[in-house]
Amino acid sequence: MLRLSGVHTFYGRIEALRGVDLTVEEGEIVTLIGANGAGKSTLLMTICGNPRARRGEVRFEGHDITQMPTHDIVKLGIAQSPEGRRIFPRMSVIENLKMGAQNFGLAHFDEDLDRIFRLFPILKDRQSQRGGTLSGGQQQMLAIARALMSRPRLLLLDEPSLGLAPLVVKQIFETIREINQRQRVTVLLVEQNAYHALRLAHRGYVLVNGRISMSGSGAELLANPEVRAAYLEGGHV
Amino acid sequence: MAATTLPGAREDSPLVALLKDAGIAAAIAFLLALPLMGFQTLDSGTTVDLQYRFHWVAIATVGVFFGRIVFTLLYRRAGAARSKAPGIVGQGMARVGEGLGRFLVPAFILFALILPFLPFADRREIDLATYVLIYVMLGWGLNIVVGLAGLLDLGYVAFYAIGAYSYALLAKTFGFSFWLCLPLAGILAAFLGILLGFPVLRLRGDYLAIVTLGFGEIIRVILVNWQPVTGGPNGISGVPRPTFFGLPFTNDPAEGETAFHEFFNLDFASLHRFVFLYYVILALVLVTNAVTLRLRKMPIGRAWEALREDEIACRSLGINPTNTKLTAFAIGAMFGGFAGSFFATRQGFISPESFTFIESAVILAIVVLGGMGSQAGVVVATLFLVLLPELAREFAQFRMLIFGAAMVLIMVWRPQGLLAHRAPTVSLGPGSGGSR
Ligand SMILES: Nc1ncnc2c1ncn2[C@@H]1O[C@H](COP(=O)(O)OP(=O)(O)O)[C@@H](O)[C@H]1O
Ligand SMILES: [Mg+2]
Repeated sequence: MLRLSGVHTFYGRIEALRGVDLTVEEGEIVTLIGANGAGKSTLLMTICGNPRARRGEVRFEGHDITQMPTHDIVKLGIAQSPEGRRIFPRMSVIENLKMGAQNFGLAHFDEDLDRIFRLFPILKDRQSQRGGTLSGGQQQMLAIARALMSRPRLLLLDEPSLGLAPLVVKQIFETIREINQRQRVTVLLVEQNAYHALRLAHRGYVLVNGRISMSGSGAELLANPEVRAAYLEGGHV
Repeated sequence: MAATTLPGAREDSPLVALLKDAGIAAAIAFLLALPLMGFQTLDSGTTVDLQYRFHWVAIATVGVFFGRIVFTLLYRRAGAARSKAPGIVGQGMARVGEGLGRFLVPAFILFALILPFLPFADRREIDLATYVLIYVMLGWGLNIVVGLAGLLDLGYVAFYAIGAYSYALLAKTFGFSFWLCLPLAGILAAFLGILLGFPVLRLRGDYLAIVTLGFGEIIRVILVNWQPVTGGPNGISGVPRPTFFGLPFTNDPAEGETAFHEFFNLDFASLHRFVFLYYVILALVLVTNAVTLRLRKMPIGRAWEALREDEIACRSLGINPTNTKLTAFAIGAMFGGFAGSFFATRQGFISPESFTFIESAVILAIVVLGGMGSQAGVVVATLFLVLLPELAREFAQFRMLIFGAAMVLIMVWRPQGLLAHRAPTVSLGPGSGGSR
């Protein structure tokens, strides 16, 4: 479904991705783990073409999207919940959701809203509250919900567990599983919370300094001593 | 506390601190007042004499000293009360504003509609109201760009100028009527907005401000220097006056024409034209408001606001930032163009002097003071910034002083603008709501 081959991305002269190969098959949950500054967010942003890869190729369902503008890529069926959630703080929950849907016409809006509210009942209770006044967990749910409003086939999630209490993290990961299984959305999940992410994912990649250093099934990586030492020791919940 | 007080330094007693503070304020006032108020130039025909007014300086200094003491004492008490619940106070004000709005807005519109028939309304009042409405329209136009889309445009006056010159040239050269020129001028201004916006809207806020500032000046310089077309610094005079759907407002209509007063069997009065102009601008203003409110509820309006809040998030949601900004820029420019055409026909004479940077600054001040995005705020701010100075012409000497004081007070009390309150544009009926 998604294939990155030999992708290099630069910020000015800083090379943030140094030749990344990665694939995501339809129906999977794939996770990308790595330390702070490894380039995980850059990888997700490169898929969306902002910034663009300087070398290499990004293909989505047969389309070469390497040089496409972001808004066209999103129209192909990729949605992202960006790092730090980035909901619109002064807009209400409903308005935030409308922003997610509006480039695809608001024809299915009510129908999709029902679906989203079944997934995140708390958002239904808070629908006219301003985004900025929601709790961290609710904001994260809103960010995911907003991304889902465009009916994506591939959902990119950047650190959805960031700064959330363990119980809320569990709930969010449960919802991600549900989105994947019931709604048949393929998920590429970037996480520092490696334990939860690897337990949830079918497959995983480890990113170190802009390069993929390891890959395998979630269970394999969880059992791998190097991964355990670098990303799990004492850390997991 | 500990961090700001050096060890060993004694803390002043409250009274000493108060006097010190007032003394500093008075010293600043003295330094400012000395050149500003202390000297007056007297033009005695051949030479310029200086007159000294040191008693003014003394009054100002002493006044500031005691004023500062009173202000500090009052503010300290108010501040103590406010610091407990700053958010609630602010929200409460916004809510009061909203509640008042429900009654005030229709009352205001009604007042505007019947204004020319009110007993006190004479030529001067109606003309002044027309003048104020032009700024309301400009404020609402720029509000789309700055308030809604968050694009800092310091050269808005360029579109106003383009509208005015388009009307003047089209009407004089081709004899087009006002109602034909109006949309043409709007389209031309919008087109120039797109032409300017296309390359510059990729720039970040502060760079955009500089480029638009330059654009405003370039347009003015072109108007000054393109003599054969624009008349240069002399401008264009004899711009056709508006007609009432073909009926001119004159006492001696040309051969074969019927004047307004003849057609309606009235005595000739120059007031008719002023009343007509007033209603034209009122209609334009109401249309501007209706369009803006409509746009805000449409996806494009929501996209403007979202873009102002977070451009990266907007990109990731598939919104094309450049196109979205361009529409805001073009629509704002179009309203500026409309206002410009109206200005030209009202004035009958235009020159580059009417389109200097200070105009852009005043319009921007209206938007910012009004609370960035608030329609009612723009009206209130226009009354403050345009009507008040006109009414206070007798105090012309103190205009800038009052202006500055008003700005400072507003920054202290309402830093988010007079009526900054954003009501959601979508809400579900109470029936479909959740637990609330
Ligand atoms: N906008 C930017 N400009 C310059 N350098 C950046 C920018 N964003 C990220 N980087 C750099 O790229 C590298 C990867 O960052 P990032 O993708 O955010 O890492 P991660 O998400 O894994 O923490 C870091 O060294 C970071 O400093
Ligand atoms: Mg990151």
